[in-house]
Amino acid sequence: MDQLLQQLLNGLSLGSIYALIALGYTMVYGIIKLINFAHGDIYMLGAYIGFAAITFAHLSFIPALLISMAACAVLGMVIEKIAYKPLRHASRIAVLITAIGVSFFLEYTTMFFVGATPRAFPQVLGSQFFNIGNVVISMQQIYIIVVTVILMFMLQFIVHKTKTGKAMRAVSIDQDAAQLMGIKVDSTISFTFAIGSALAGAAGILVGIYYNTINPLMGMTPGIKAFVAAVFGGIGNIPGAMVGGVSIGMIETLVAGYGSSMYKDAVVYLILILVLLIKPSGLLGKNTREKV
Amino acid sequence: MKNVWKIALAASLSAALFLTGCGGGGGSDEGSSGSADGDTIKIGVNYELSGATATYGSSSVEGIDLAIKQINEAGGVLGKQIELVEGDNKSEPAEATSLSTKLMTNDGVVAVLGPATTGNFKATIPVADKNQIPVISGSATADDVTVDLDDDGNPTEVKEFAFKICFSDSFQGITMANFASSNLGATKAVIIMDNSSDYAIGLAKNFRSTFESLGGEIVGEEAYIAGNTDFSGILTKIRSMDFDVIFLPGYYSEAGLIIKQARDLGITAPVLGADGFDSPTLLELAGASALNDVYYSNHYSSLDEDPAVIQFIEDFNAEYGKDPDAFNALGYDTAKFLCDAIERAGEADPIAIKDALASTESFAGVTGTFSIDENHNPVKSVVVIKLTDGEPSESIKI
Repeated sequence: MDQLLQQLLNGLSLGSIYALIALGYTMVYGIIKLINFAHGDIYMLGAYIGFAAITFAHLSFIPALLISMAACAVLGMVIEKIAYKPLRHASRIAVLITAIGVSFFLEYTTMFFVGATPRAFPQVLGSQFFNIGNVVISMQQIYIIVVTVILMFMLQFIVHKTKTGKAMRAVSIDQDAAQLMGIKVDSTISFTFAIGSALAGAAGILVGIYYNTINPLMGMTPGIKAFVAAVFGGIGNIPGAMVGGVSIGMIETLVAGYGSSMYKDAVVYLILILVLLIKPSGLLGKNTREKV
Repeated sequence: MKNVWKIALAASLSAALFLTGCGGGGGSDEGSSGSADGDTIKIGVNYELSGATATYGSSSVEGIDLAIKQINEAGGVLGKQIELVEGDNKSEPAEATSLSTKLMTNDGVVAVLGPATTGNFKATIPVADKNQIPVISGSATADDVTVDLDDDGNPTEVKEFAFKICFSDSFQGITMANFASSNLGATKAVIIMDNSSDYAIGLAKNFRSTFESLGGEIVGEEAYIAGNTDFSGILTKIRSMDFDVIFLPGYYSEAGLIIKQARDLGITAPVLGADGFDSPTLLELAGASALNDVYYSNHYSSLDEDPAVIQFIEDFNAEYGKDPDAFNALGYDTAKFLCDAIERAGEADPIAIKDALASTESFAGVTGTFSIDENHNPVKSVVVIKLTDGEPSESIKI
């Protein structure tokens, strides 16, 4: 029983990270139908920006988190302006390939400047532990879960209660109609990238603190897993990304804990294939009919 | 304008043809006569100076540079100065092959030192055979580096021109199993291994068979892949098992995280590893408080009280302003080992040097005194280092 609770807690921490990254995928997909493969690398840059803020500017956790989120938001907007906006009316495959190009560009530019060796992330949260029965909860896990919950509430608030959120929802339903209603489509898309990237930046710094290691290629696997999470929950659907992220994290941990650690990645990708076969719109996705 | 480009292209093409022609045709006889008539003896240095395993390569080269500097100051070898021709193989086997071809056919070296890692070193051996010039690695620890093995791991044919001066992986696995059983009194062990590396798989295999033959039991076996960061799943599973030690064959980048996460979950059992733990990054990743009761086998220990080692540490400090690590020491020994063989060969001829290397008896290096056996492997002792609060606190020679 203790072991199961501990595994669920481990899975929840890992899943929260996936959920934060998956949100960015899903929001961008929802609004311009683009799978932004560079998203995992924004998460990596978020970790490095947090690392710089803590190591060189000697900031504590909260300011470093905010700086990292702000910097990633700006970066997300810049990438959108330079790489994706000129291709707004190009075929979707062209934009997809551009996204892969941006991803490699970010990975190897970072590697050029900071080197390929992994770096240890400074421990700003201390290493306190709380024992509840035989279950160990670390300070870092509490921070990850609390920060994720706060950010998700903020996101729900922005999307459902603000004017910009309304504009985002309108653009995602029908870009042309939204434009005719006087919504600034370009700045709304830009804003969506900013929010998604800020969430990825937050995930980056949380991962740095939790696992204590960052490297320029750290965004690859979590990026793909978060993409699986987004598809699992229903791509384009915000609550779906949250549910998908936490589920993938839990499944991965439980497979490692009760099955074999060698199969945990295989199981995650098997889920992707099954979801695509059985319910392509995902767990919470709506079945939409193709408009003719 | 167009003509200029055409001429340039033609010139570079013919130059390339000319060079390949030379390299392919002149191979063996050019290599052997290349440097013997000069005032210097040329030695090639083919190491990982950039890329994934750059820390191993550049540390080795620091050791080599120091050794050659000392030898040259003492009058050189056979009355001639040693000249190093250094190159970077970018931690890639293909680059290692082309660099060794260049060193052997173009630069006329009499022997090549490096590369540091098994995969890259193996990639240079066919070139060495073709040009009949010996290659020596200080740190390629795989069992089949210098000798071909059959399916059961028994040596079949020695690779004539390949030498190494570090012990083999199987030896490390056996040593750590003996250590766990006799020094720590362990009877139950858990193995967590990096399933993506031959190095770790080989260590795990030898640890398992030796530990079981000593009456021990492997109660659990888990695996991970290089690059993973979350080990809480497997560690939580292990936590509920009954065991005395954890054997963790793998490299420092994951080992550091595993030790940290294990200690965070309250697993206090001793952790055993091999020379892949030897990096300052291990301490950064795991943190000092997690690195207690951690033991790993290594080539060299800075706690050694041998006067030669103390002298080496002093010299190294004077040159680079830091304490040497195992790769510094292995690089240093590799260079000294080669120069000793050239001296004994009596001439700077690759074939004579190869024979002298193969017949090395009780060479005294800073990583221990060793002889070369019929499989071109050294017969030497291994050091087990104990970490307390992240610092080496004890070294046990086995």
